[in-house]
Amino acid sequence: MSEMNADQKIEHIRGLIALAKRWDLFFTILGMLSLMVGLLTFIVLFVDMAIQGVPRLSVDFFTSFPSRKAEDAGILSAWVGTVLVMLLTALAAVPLGVAAGVYLEEYAPKNWITDIIEINISNLAGIPSIVYGLLALGLFVYYFGFGQSILSAGLTLALLILPVIIVATREAIRAIPQMIREGSYACGATNWQTVKDHILPYSLAGILTGVIIGMARAIGETAPIITIGALTFIAFLPTAPFQGDPPAGLFDWIFAPFTVMPIQMFNWTSRPEAAFTENAAAAGFVLVFMTLAMNGLAIYVRYRLRKNIKW
Amino acid sequence: MQIPAGVEPGVEGVALKADVRDLDFYYGAFHALKKVSMPIHDHRVTALIGPSGCGKSTLLRCFNRMHDLYPGNRYAGGGIVLHPDNTNLLSPDVDPIEVRMRISMVFQKPNPFPKSIFENVAYSLRVRGMSNKSELDDRVESALKGAALWNEVSDRLTELGANLSGGQQQRLCIARALASDPEIILFDEPTSALDPIATASIEELIIELKEKVTILIVTHNMQQAARISDYTAYMYIGEMVEFGITDQIFIKPQKKATEDYITGRFG
Repeated sequence: MSEMNADQKIEHIRGLIALAKRWDLFFTILGMLSLMVGLLTFIVLFVDMAIQGVPRLSVDFFTSFPSRKAEDAGILSAWVGTVLVMLLTALAAVPLGVAAGVYLEEYAPKNWITDIIEINISNLAGIPSIVYGLLALGLFVYYFGFGQSILSAGLTLALLILPVIIVATREAIRAIPQMIREGSYACGATNWQTVKDHILPYSLAGILTGVIIGMARAIGETAPIITIGALTFIAFLPTAPFQGDPPAGLFDWIFAPFTVMPIQMFNWTSRPEAAFTENAAAAGFVLVFMTLAMNGLAIYVRYRLRKNIKW
Repeated sequence: MQIPAGVEPGVEGVALKADVRDLDFYYGAFHALKKVSMPIHDHRVTALIGPSGCGKSTLLRCFNRMHDLYPGNRYAGGGIVLHPDNTNLLSPDVDPIEVRMRISMVFQKPNPFPKSIFENVAYSLRVRGMSNKSELDDRVESALKGAALWNEVSDRLTELGANLSGGQQQRLCIARALASDPEIILFDEPTSALDPIATASIEELIIELKEKVTILIVTHNMQQAARISDYTAYMYIGEMVEFGITDQIFIKPQKKATEDYITGRFG
């Protein structure tokens, strides 16, 4: 190389760069193709579902019970069931998950027992959801005697998303700089004062995001709900508190039989008539819309809460 | 060199606020402080200097038991006695929270909480159970005045602390440390993240503060130690090499090692 003159050197360098840049081009194309596989699949599925289902959407569709006649059938019991099950899931999973996450980050001694617990929480997130269904069938439905109820379903899904919430809580807490913690302790704060006044408020955005992502996963779960015995055809709503005869108690609805959106869809797709397939597409559209709305909410909440947090 | 007010070299009789006695400290197996002893004089500024890793920050963080937050840290002998009550701050019987209620701290990087300016200062008072609004108002105002920040923030107390400039943030942290009326304030290289103008205002403030409180400051900057401190301790790899009145340390150090460091021959 030492015999090259200046022009030859520049030529040589340019040749090397051109050769190396080919890999940039190659990877750009490969990356875009990979992205398209996922994105296009979703778009095709969603558009196909929308074309089939959207014409079926009407007020009646939301306010009617399922029916043997496809054109009369609606998703009233399904969406009410989904909303109630989600409510119980959140009520059970959020306090448990956040408390466990805070304990692991701020209180637990760092030793091998904590390490084992941490590994197992990650493992829990990977367990197939039907296994949770089987556990819940034995534990909630029979052993605790909750029956095939909204309560059993809510608790089952809560177990399912607990690891997601714990992991999200821990990551949100870990994002808080150590100097903020030290600042609080240096003021004379106790562990609990530090958690209550600093750790929880500053990690709220991350925790809520985790909660909503967990809920968005739970809303589409079918297998564990079928396993605990949700009905596939249900033409009544749980009795509202203080209604009916004799009047229901405040919490009687949690023991009511129920169905949820994915089960309603499953039921309709297994019917031979094409009209029911359209119903399933419409219900699927509503379900995807609910999930997207929850994710949208997560993004909005995160944006709002983080605006006031700067380190 | 200008002699800091209130100190006549060689004159005895300044009361002691605390003294460190034969203190040994370990990070796990690492022996970070070796039989360190030094006095802390009441209402004076004492500076800790020395090269990186010499143990000066480690010693400072013993004073408010910050080491207790992390596993593996161990006070292995000796102690820090706080006067006039002769409490050994490092005794296992003394609750670290009690120590931190008496001795507050200002950190290397300004670390205001992501709360309003008012709430940042009020936090030291809230952890002490104070919730009366007018009392909090008064104490926050006087702390912000004490930290020479009141004039700049009095009309925007509800804004986020993080919206202030770096120097203002550090003075906010000083106000937070001052609000609880501590006996000692620890400063851990408080100007290392600041520009020269902000540094000058913090230095001026520290000199004023010794009217109210005893000050212990770690600094990387020898000129800073010379400018603001009454007493200086030079540390090297976990040992106290020399302690003395600042002017004597800088003009006529007793030990060759101190002289080498101060004259910039090493470090």
